[in-house]
Amino acid sequence: MIQLENVTFAYDERPILKNVSFSIDETESVVIMGPSGSGKSTILRLIMGLECPQEGKILVDDANICVMNERQKQEVRKRIAMVFQEGALFDSLTVGENVGFYQIEHTRMSRSEIEQNVRQMLGFVGLRADEIIDVLPDQLSGGMRRRVAIGRALLSTNPRVMLYDEPTTGLDPEATEMVLELINKATVERNISTVVVTHQIPDAIALANRFIVIHGGEMVFDGDLDALRVCDEPRVRDFLQPFRESIGKVNQRQFV
Amino acid sequence: MTCLSKAATIGLKHERKYAIFAAVNSWLKTFAWDFQQLFLFSLRVIRGMVSRKFYISETLEQMYLIGVGSLYLVLLAGAFAGQGFAIAFSNELADFGAKNYLGRIMSIAVVRELGPTLTGLMVAARVSSGITAEIGAMKSSNQLDAMVSFGIDPIQKLAVPRLIALVLMVPALTIACDAIAITGGWIVATLIANMSTAIYWSSMKERLIFGNLFIGLLKPFVFSFFIAFIACYKGFSARGGTKGVGKATTESVVISSITILIVNFFITKLVHSAIRGYL
Repeated sequence: MIQLENVTFAYDERPILKNVSFSIDETESVVIMGPSGSGKSTILRLIMGLECPQEGKILVDDANICVMNERQKQEVRKRIAMVFQEGALFDSLTVGENVGFYQIEHTRMSRSEIEQNVRQMLGFVGLRADEIIDVLPDQLSGGMRRRVAIGRALLSTNPRVMLYDEPTTGLDPEATEMVLELINKATVERNISTVVVTHQIPDAIALANRFIVIHGGEMVFDGDLDALRVCDEPRVRDFLQPFRESIGKVNQRQFV
Repeated sequence: MTCLSKAATIGLKHERKYAIFAAVNSWLKTFAWDFQQLFLFSLRVIRGMVSRKFYISETLEQMYLIGVGSLYLVLLAGAFAGQGFAIAFSNELADFGAKNYLGRIMSIAVVRELGPTLTGLMVAARVSSGITAEIGAMKSSNQLDAMVSFGIDPIQKLAVPRLIALVLMVPALTIACDAIAITGGWIVATLIANMSTAIYWSSMKERLIFGNLFIGLLKPFVFSFFIAFIACYKGFSARGGTKGVGKATTESVVISSITILIVNFFITKLVHSAIRGYL
């Protein structure tokens, strides 16, 4: 469904990604890991068509997003939704307006219909609609903001692929657990593909069975947990070293 | 030994010269790049103005924020600037026995120059900083990218309503500024310069003619485009987190203020040669 072919990307002549290639199939869950600044988030921005690579192709359903105009990209974005780092909620809109943003902007649905959908979605992400629907995002906790952002992305176009950029960064363990649980729930119940970017190894293990490791803009690993455990690539070993014990012990956590 | 030290001094001088040349070269390149980007951005905003999707509630909200929000500032500045002008002119005119022309002078100075420039500068200071900071903060927190991912063009949703609001409100604010500045002049004329109210107003009305009113309204109309383009562009191109947004905000105010003064000069020069007969 999503395919990156020899993608090279530089920002202001600073190389970010070098010759990265991989593909993600329908209903597959993939975690992209790597140290901070290794180019993980850039991959999600490239898949969304927010940036264009200098070299290589990004194919979504066999169509190259890099050569599309903005209108064609919008069609692709109806199939893919992205949850940005720290949620990126519109801070001048209420929680209700944030979650119903797509429907307010792009459909002719009545306000009451949209509100009903928003309430339903807030229930799905584990929040009490009555308490927060009219609240501004800055009055929410970090964990609640992430869940609202996930709800906003899910309600947008019923996407087939969800991209999560560092969904648990900066959250306490309890909020992290809730967000991970929600991501798994959305993946399973909606039968969608999930691509998660993170540098938190325990989160990665909880979310997927395929792992891609990016280091210094290069893809240095692509495989499952068992392969990750025994991988002897020095850059992967260095990155995983602090978590070696937890990778050894933990089998994949199943929330759903 | 002396030869060597001379050669070293010459080498150092050359190095310094080269460093200055390189710095100027880099500054010119950055300026040209920024100017080109601002121009292209302005074209995109103008194209956004004529496209089908129009955000009426955002435009009305911005009109309120810009118009009502800046009104007290413009009135305060206009009142004091008008009175200051009137005091300075009445003293000078009195020396030539031409005090009765104060209204006439006030009319020309305020309607053609003071009102539009003062309003433009006040709006540039208050509004352009707000626009740049708001859009810049949205950019640094990925809200603009989120908007794009939901199929919304941020230029159309954020820049176009602000431009339309400025185009409608800056001329209106200028009229308010003109009125309060001329009224300030009248207060000075009657209370300090001992002129009669009737003489002040009748001489003022004499110069309230088409040419002056045209310049007086053309200027804020043009200024509003520059304020909107510069403020929005600086917001959309802000980089480097909160520090970058702060820098972009400062640049936005400085560039739009300087631009207003430069554009004011050129409009005055151009219009004076074009419609001299109507002035």
